[in-house]
Amino acid sequence: MSSVPSSPLAAPAAAAYDPDARLSALAWLRANLFSSVWQSLLTLAVAFVLIRFFWFVLDWGVVNAVFYTTDPDVCRAATGACWAVIAEKHRPMLFGLYPYDEHWRLVLMMAIYLGTVVLSLWPRCWNLRFLVPLWIVSSLSIGVLMFGGVLGLRYVPTSEWGGLPLTMLLFTGTVLIGMPVAVLLALGRRAPLPVARGVSVVFIEALRGVPLITILFVAVNVFPLFLPAGVEVNKLLRITVGIAIFFACYQAEVIRGGLQAIPRGQYEAAASLSLSYWQTTRRIILPQALRISLPAITNHIIAAMKNTSFVIIIGLFDILTATTAVMQDPLWRKFYIEAYLFVAAVYLFFGYALSLYARQVEKWIASGRI
Amino acid sequence: MNQTHATGLSVLAALLLAGAGTAAFAQSGDTLAAVKERGEVLCGVHPARHGFAAPDSQGKWSGFEVDFCHAIAAAVFGDANKVRFVALSSQQRFPAIQSGEVDVLARNVTATLSRDTALGLNFAPPIFYTGTGFLVRAADGIEKVEDLDGAAICMAPGSTTERNVAQIFSARGLSYTPVVIENNKQLVDAYVTGRCDALTKDKAALPGVRAFDTEAPGDHVLLPGIYSKEPLAMAVRQGDDKWYDLVKWVTYATFNAEELGVTQANVDEMKASDDPDIQTLLGVIGDNGTKLGVANDWAYAVVKQVGNYEDIYMRHFGPDSPVALDRDQNQLWTDGGLLYGFPMH
Repeated sequence: MSSVPSSPLAAPAAAAYDPDARLSALAWLRANLFSSVWQSLLTLAVAFVLIRFFWFVLDWGVVNAVFYTTDPDVCRAATGACWAVIAEKHRPMLFGLYPYDEHWRLVLMMAIYLGTVVLSLWPRCWNLRFLVPLWIVSSLSIGVLMFGGVLGLRYVPTSEWGGLPLTMLLFTGTVLIGMPVAVLLALGRRAPLPVARGVSVVFIEALRGVPLITILFVAVNVFPLFLPAGVEVNKLLRITVGIAIFFACYQAEVIRGGLQAIPRGQYEAAASLSLSYWQTTRRIILPQALRISLPAITNHIIAAMKNTSFVIIIGLFDILTATTAVMQDPLWRKFYIEAYLFVAAVYLFFGYALSLYARQVEKWIASGRI
Repeated sequence: MNQTHATGLSVLAALLLAGAGTAAFAQSGDTLAAVKERGEVLCGVHPARHGFAAPDSQGKWSGFEVDFCHAIAAAVFGDANKVRFVALSSQQRFPAIQSGEVDVLARNVTATLSRDTALGLNFAPPIFYTGTGFLVRAADGIEKVEDLDGAAICMAPGSTTERNVAQIFSARGLSYTPVVIENNKQLVDAYVTGRCDALTKDKAALPGVRAFDTEAPGDHVLLPGIYSKEPLAMAVRQGDDKWYDLVKWVTYATFNAEELGVTQANVDEMKASDDPDIQTLLGVIGDNGTKLGVANDWAYAVVKQVGNYEDIYMRHFGPDSPVALDRDQNQLWTDGGLLYGFPMH
């Protein structure tokens, strides 16, 4: 920009252009939307479709919608959406099979969980002396709240956990277990040791070639057959580890992409400083590789959040399964679209928050803050 | 070298076999003792079938099959709430009972020969008789399945219904176009919006569709008649007769209680009855409980806490429930139904 005033020719041209553009919206319309007969037809057709769509959304979702009632017949009589179904069913949808009177524990748990996550994502808090105690305290309090059995809280087995808290736990478990495994697998695949390389390649390729559903079935139905009698590994834990390993195999390949983008010179420079393999990896290679692959990593983490809904096929009541089950109620099931839109909004909220955060991180990286 | 190799292999094989052996033992072992030690019955149920098993507005399991799980818990522990429900998908239900993840399946399982044998199950007496049903538009004038020749029929894939329809139509030399849709709501919507002439589903599910999913229930009729046999029964693992006996007699107890007029409401007065059959049922005389390995008033606990068959049926399919179903075959043999409780002496 600073070069513009120095050029005597550019200044008047820019000055002449600006008022012209502001002169009339009509001119803009003519230039961009109605420049030819064909363009005009296309514009009108698109405008027609858009207006019809928004009119329908307004008509169905707002004008004729029922926002609150406890009587399903009121909804039946209306021609629009029945948002009342969300008020009626939101608790079993959000909290699944968890005992009704204990739902406050889940609300508290989600508040602690979200607070912890938000703090952990904030660069100012990136300090192990703060984060480690934070996670220990919040994990303990979440465990106490979810399980109960102490402090006069009723014990709730994991088979009764459900809804949004279950989705959150599955997702967090996936990422917390999956990311370190992914990094190790990615490093292993490029490791100088042939054994590490072989194990990583076999592991990644074998598990990437299998659908997630198969892994879930193995975790739920096959794995217990190999355990000695009487030994039982919690089903929720088995599933979380299953999803996490699946996640790790894909994420490892993403990180490997980042590793491959590091120029050889970086390794050589580190070697010339006589840094060890782990020093090189931890201080030089990984920080750069993770920065490079950040958009793809985020992409995959968002996908992992939505993948948790696969547990529908093994009978865990995450938010989607719970909604499907609750919407079997014949009195309200006609309004399942509204219920699923609500679930979609919940997923969208978390997915969009994640991608906004990732964009912020990219800005921080670009400005050299991290 | 080879020697050590072979030894290593045989040790490994023995370990695996031992592992498999103990696992098999755990599965065919004493389920009743395991249940008592655990303190709760693990009952496999449908994740979402209103009327049979589904979480209610408070997230509590409710339904006809859910109540039979409660009945087993009442018989074992004298406390109907000592039961943990495990929601099982159709694919998952049989591995779950085989692997011991659940003690009993009360999950819309049709009792068939191959399930009884090849899948290693034992079926208690059926608790719900149903069959393939057809819902059609009244305006089409269809009165029997023969009138559906050449019709488009909406059905779910991979279900017994799909096979039943093929058999029903080929036996009568009729043709039809299947419209196969996996998702239940899309399936119902396809019929409601007119993509098919008939909707075929389990007979017990169709009145609900007619009442709640169609615009005007009066415009739709259910074809009368029975076109396939679907006896739904509770299933347990083969090879554990003691546990099988208990599940079987809990089922009979609900039938017999209804037959003897013992209801949830009057069971306490009935305890004082001098009818020996009632006294035996409620454990006032005899030692049925000892024979089954539970408390002698086990059937009293079942009726008191869960109800007799009629109590359970009316709670979920009675006239006051959202989906009222006629009892048809699901009434006592004395009323022309198929429920026939074996004598309990």
